[in-house]
Amino acid sequence: MTTNTQPAPLTRRNFLKLGLGALSSLAVLEMGAASLFFMQPRRLEGEFGGVVNAGLVESFPVGSVTEFPDGRFYLVRAADGFLALSNRCTHLGCAVHWQANNQHFFCPCHASSFDQQGDVQNPPAPRALDTFPIEISDGQVFVNTLRAEKRDRYTPEQVTQA
Amino acid sequence: MSERTPTNQPRRSRLLYTSAAPDDRSRMRAVANNLILHLHPTKVPAPALKWSYTWGLGGISATLAVVLIVTGVLLMFRYDASAATAYTSIQLIETQVLFGSLIRALHHWSANLLVITAFLHLLRVFYTAGFKDGRSTNWIIGIILFLIVLTFNFTGYLLPWDQLAYWAITVGTSLLSYIPLVGQAISDFLLAGPVVGQGALRNFYALHVAVLPTLLILMMSYHFWKVRKDGGISQPKEEEMEENGRRRPIERLTTIPHLVQVEFAAASVLIAGLLLFAIFVPAPLEELANPSHPPNPAKAAWYFMGLQELLLHMHPLAAMLLTGLVLLALIFLPRLDRDAADIGHYFRSAVGRRAAALGALLSLGLIPMLVVVDEWYLDLPALLPGWPTLLSNGLLPLLFSLFGLFLIYALFRWGGRLRHSEVLVGLFSFIFVSLIILTLIGVFFRGANMALVWPF
Ligand code: FES
Repeated sequence: MTTNTQPAPLTRRNFLKLGLGALSSLAVLEMGAASLFFMQPRRLEGEFGGVVNAGLVESFPVGSVTEFPDGRFYLVRAADGFLALSNRCTHLGCAVHWQANNQHFFCPCHASSFDQQGDVQNPPAPRALDTFPIEISDGQVFVNTLRAEKRDRYTPEQVTQA
Repeated sequence: MSERTPTNQPRRSRLLYTSAAPDDRSRMRAVANNLILHLHPTKVPAPALKWSYTWGLGGISATLAVVLIVTGVLLMFRYDASAATAYTSIQLIETQVLFGSLIRALHHWSANLLVITAFLHLLRVFYTAGFKDGRSTNWIIGIILFLIVLTFNFTGYLLPWDQLAYWAITVGTSLLSYIPLVGQAISDFLLAGPVVGQGALRNFYALHVAVLPTLLILMMSYHFWKVRKDGGISQPKEEEMEENGRRRPIERLTTIPHLVQVEFAAASVLIAGLLLFAIFVPAPLEELANPSHPPNPAKAAWYFMGLQELLLHMHPLAAMLLTGLVLLALIFLPRLDRDAADIGHYFRSAVGRRAAALGALLSLGLIPMLVVVDEWYLDLPALLPGWPTLLSNGLLPLLFSLFGLFLIYALFRWGGRLRHSEVLVGLFSFIFVSLIILTLIGVFFRGANMALVWPF
């Protein structure tokens, strides 16, 4: 390196060096970007479930809890309507199951339990079970399993009127 | 280097070194051209060879890595990385392939043993202050190697695609998503989908058989090279080797045969033991993964059981932070403890030895008590109903734990008037033993519904 402030003359050698450096950085960048895009997780729309037709409204008596293993949710019919609860424990993602005799959802991984509305009864789960949007038309219940909705605790607005 | 290899040498040894001329110059050249002596120095101090100093743990770990690579490559020839057929291919290996069960058991048990020996190696280096005196880089490389080993085990865990695998990985990846800022991205990348599925299996396989082995071999080579560049393994300073006021030069032995033969013997015994064990205890294989029904109890792999036990007592973010802080403290240990005078002495000093014992005893009494109290008598979120769980079940236990660690430090430092270096020995003994106790509780004392049970 020269100490004077004037730019070093662009000799043939310097030019080649510069070109080589620029080209190889470009190559590294390209490869890096290509790898990143290549590795990007793929989210397919409707990967599991999509919109599930759960059946006729009348087929679910008030107070019933019905499991839909393929849709990974439970359909709960409360006094004032329906709730579709994701079966993924909000703690670390194990599948919860409904224990009818205890009237709660139980997660065997770290013993969290949730009441019928999905509210946490027993930690370590940090928040209530996720819900899926429900639509009722022609007397049938449609559950959209595309996107789970997060919530902290149960509020009455989450219920879809029957 | 231009000299031709003498041909009167047996062919076998020419593979390892390339000259046997009797004069000094040629002998030096023999040293330079020797494969073994690219890994080891030509001479090693006699005390460094003492079994009760190193317990051969580094060498044993390296041998296990070799066994794992060999058996792993074999398994690759018989394993399908597809969610539909992975489980069947493992079943075939277990029942149809000649020696299949043995090879898989060797791979499985070596992997588990490696976690233990690598951990013990870390303890040995910690207790003999092997991270001091210019060896801090290699200490950090060692910690990275330990993390690589854990990642290896974690990724390998999914491959059999049985119930154990499926749910341990579900829990493990959800745990990652609690890491602030980057966690969700890492978990998404690993899973390649909303739940553990084909995408996850493919990713884990690629990591397990290509990315991690490359990393491991690179880092291991660096680790070995650095041991040499740092002047061999740690040992007491030479001045302290005096006897009756007379300085006695440390005896130096040639690596071949003294070190190499010990290593060879240790490796042989280890492999023989592994074989015997693998013959009688096959690797476990549970039922096919069932995404809608986790087994009860659903446990993580045993080496993450300490973390899992922590998760039962605090919010995942708090548990991650606590683990992360301990890991950071380990990484920065060479900064925290610069007193290089005690290098090479187990537990630094007689006082340090007592501190270590006291730390371990403290943990032995305290940790089971805390676990029981939190399990049966204390329900923080219920006591503080208005608080978000992140505070009541997260921040509070985290602060409590950190305060406890500080208290132990203070007790040793100002109550017992110990040197900083000795206090750290006591403190880390407490942490290490706590980790072991939490792991044991998770493995043996957690039954159905993760309730505390008596194992016998
Ligand atoms: S995953 Fe459900 S309690 Fe931990």
